[in-house]
Amino acid sequence: MTGRRAFPFSAIVGQEEMKLAILIAAIDPGIGGVLVFGDRGTGKSTAIRALAALLPEIPVIEGCPYRCDPADEAALCAECRTRRPLRTAMAPVPVVDLPLGATEDRVLGALDIQRALAEGVKSFEPGLLARAHRGFLYIDEVNLLEDHLVDLLLDVAASGENVVEREGLSIRHPARFVLVGSGNPEEGELRPQLLDRFGLSVEVATPKDLPSRIEVIRRRDAFERDPAGFTAHWSGAEAELRNRILAARTRLPDIALPDAALERAARLCLALGTDGLRGELTLIRAARALAALEGEAAVDDAALRRVAPPALRHRLRRNPLDEAVSTTRVERAMAEVFAP
Amino acid sequence: MTPGAGPWADAARAAALLAIDPAGLGGAALRAPPGPVREAWLALLRSLLPPAMPWRRLPLGIADSRLLGGLDLAATLRAGRPVAERGILAEADGGVLLLAMAERLEPGTAARLAAALDTGEVAAERDGLALRAPARLALVALDEGIAPEEAPPAALLDRLALRLDLSAIPPAATSAPTPTGGQVIAARALLPRIAAGPDVLEALCATAAALGIDSLRPPLLALRLARAAAALAGREAVAEEDAALAARLVLGPRATQAPAAPEQEAPPPPPPPETAEDQPPQPSPEQLGEILLAAAEAAIPAGLLDGLRLAPARARTAGTSGLRRASPHRGRPVGSRPGELRGGARLALVDTLRAAAPWQRLRANGGNPGPRLRIAREDIRIRRFQQRSETATLFLVDASGSAALHRLAEAKGAVELLLAECYIRRDRVALLAFRGAGAELLLPPTHSLVRARRSLAALPGGGGTPIAAALDGALALADAIQRRGQTPLLVLLTDGRANIARDGRPGRERAMAEALEAARALRAARIPALLVDTSPRPQEAGRSLAAALGGRYVPLPYADAAAISRAVRQG
Repeated sequence: MTGRRAFPFSAIVGQEEMKLAILIAAIDPGIGGVLVFGDRGTGKSTAIRALAALLPEIPVIEGCPYRCDPADEAALCAECRTRRPLRTAMAPVPVVDLPLGATEDRVLGALDIQRALAEGVKSFEPGLLARAHRGFLYIDEVNLLEDHLVDLLLDVAASGENVVEREGLSIRHPARFVLVGSGNPEEGELRPQLLDRFGLSVEVATPKDLPSRIEVIRRRDAFERDPAGFTAHWSGAEAELRNRILAARTRLPDIALPDAALERAARLCLALGTDGLRGELTLIRAARALAALEGEAAVDDAALRRVAPPALRHRLRRNPLDEAVSTTRVERAMAEVFAP
Repeated sequence: MTPGAGPWADAARAAALLAIDPAGLGGAALRAPPGPVREAWLALLRSLLPPAMPWRRLPLGIADSRLLGGLDLAATLRAGRPVAERGILAEADGGVLLLAMAERLEPGTAARLAAALDTGEVAAERDGLALRAPARLALVALDEGIAPEEAPPAALLDRLALRLDLSAIPPAATSAPTPTGGQVIAARALLPRIAAGPDVLEALCATAAALGIDSLRPPLLALRLARAAAALAGREAVAEEDAALAARLVLGPRATQAPAAPEQEAPPPPPPPETAEDQPPQPSPEQLGEILLAAAEAAIPAGLLDGLRLAPARARTAGTSGLRRASPHRGRPVGSRPGELRGGARLALVDTLRAAAPWQRLRANGGNPGPRLRIAREDIRIRRFQQRSETATLFLVDASGSAALHRLAEAKGAVELLLAECYIRRDRVALLAFRGAGAELLLPPTHSLVRARRSLAALPGGGGTPIAAALDGALALADAIQRRGQTPLLVLLTDGRANIARDGRPGRERAMAEALEAARALRAARIPALLVDTSPRPQEAGRSLAAALGGRYVPLPYADAAAISRAVRQG
């Protein structure tokens, strides 16, 4: 968002599951994307657009259009491999909006016509995928996006690399990003084939209790009346959360994964009949990130319990007409598996 | 301002408030037929806005390049390099955008407008351009819908503070005094200073909750409107009457569209007058639902709709219905391909330029490429469009007394199973129910299966069986669907025993004759159909109706799975 102040992430009232899923993706970007589905006016877009200001800056290679990571030599783009000297700069984590109506050439990148016509140079003009590298790619109303574009995005998100073969160009560049999709089921469902390709799936609803509702409006109104003052007021909480994310990232590799937790996860997935191993892997991975965020040393039952609904609810063989049944089924299975 | 009463005074005040804070209030949905009252309101709004403000009209079915911005074709060709053109959203920045026939707005366009309202800017990534421009504006959605289900997309309505119904205002009323432009200018200056106490905010939230308004946007919009009202009255703080006006203008109209009460079991209809068969003892409604769902499941072979769609029995051009059609000029753009500019093909300019670009130096005979572009025939790229001819499945459900309580439940179970198939294929579904004197459209074609399921669950039963009227209704709807470029598919669930004629009078013989006549009309219109016979035993009535429809016949007998699968294999 250019020039516009975003609503602070820590000032969002409630919506704990959505906030947790987004934080988990910020700690472990390999989680495989987050899908946020739910009612209108629940702050889905607000939460995601708040990320850019929340997340700590990242070291990048100066002058690189893909903002390569100087610390990760294996993932450098073709140019950076030969670029000397490598200078490092700090840059904000990109949170890129993919607007509806975007065309394929702008998403993937294409031949830079202006340079081609003016200078006769065949050069690549990076698209949104390049801009989102090492950050987040956000699609509001993902259920209204063209199917072929969604397929394409999920492919790139899974492989971490964007391959462009068009107009005589043959380019590949790193594109590792967290895909975040949001939508409202009343506007039409997401294709079922796409659902389980997202790592976490969150259902949001407007808060039902009056005090929370009042607090939402109060903060929103305060922010609109005085964006600078409001942001300053929340800067302490934002800094605290930022430090927690940083600490969690450092701790993440050292989080222990006891056999008992692995077994619980396997039994839970078995009880729910989720297809394939992706559910189990995501469940473990998310529990690990949560343990890191909470400052725990190992994955325990409490962590598994909290991340099981977002990690598994969209992977059940379900009757698409049942509205809330998936969540209930996960909870029932948890009650069984975690019974003392 | 002259405080008046009555609907026109309210509407006039609403116009003044919108003129005070257009971007903050998001805009207004104006339900009114075109006519002098609507024109008077629009003229009033325009006169209240500062003179330099943009005032634009958005045509229905606008292309993305015009809405969001894109490539200026003429300038691009002249300059030999891409030149961007602002879209209508960017042009309307700071002003008002009128939305003609908003009730027919596509969900995709509505989502783009909603994004602009949320962020106050318009972003486009298209045609090789990345555009970003401010778009702080108010939308005025002109809703000419007549039936209650004809309304602008909910995603858009949620973001517009005002909902005005002008259809009941007599043209004479519009001559009453209205707020003046001077008052509006003074109020605009005052607006940033208006204070609103915590009690106002809490009261508006509580009112919204009590009215069953789920979204959190309306109370926020109401708060902004209360501030504008205080500014219009020359107050420095929101008073009770400003909050009351906000509740009336913003929250009140939404309460009528509050989410339905928690789903209840439909009251059992009176015992069917014509059941001669002995019925087994009735289990509890929940058990019944489960049993019948299982029974229905056995009766509906998987992929039934697929088979129907591809059935070549029809005189239809084979293989075109419900499939993706490549068309040179209609549908959604899906990239480009080399080709010739003939037969209405449209030039993909950016892609053509891209294709030509690498050759410019060569074509300029080794010299530097001049200002003139050299484009050869093989560079030409034409747009590819994909016209996804969507299928809309029309469920025509017999809710009459002869389809007794449990038969109706079974039919509902069958529809749910078919809906699941539609979900996987992302078909649209529509729901027509018929009982008593006629047919009723419960759900116009929609993608939302959640809504389909809700309206199905709320469907009561009882009354006569007006099949002819139901089929007439289905034909009209199927016709409307075809005109929209979609493929209709009719699924009729009935026992086929018509007993109400078109004119609403009972009488089995005439009713049956008319039903068959209506069915033949559907066949003549080449609407593919499927009849699921819900009578306890397969009967001649259903079979002959299916034959008249030229459709497939599937009996749904009483939990006799063997007979069903036999019937399906034969059918």
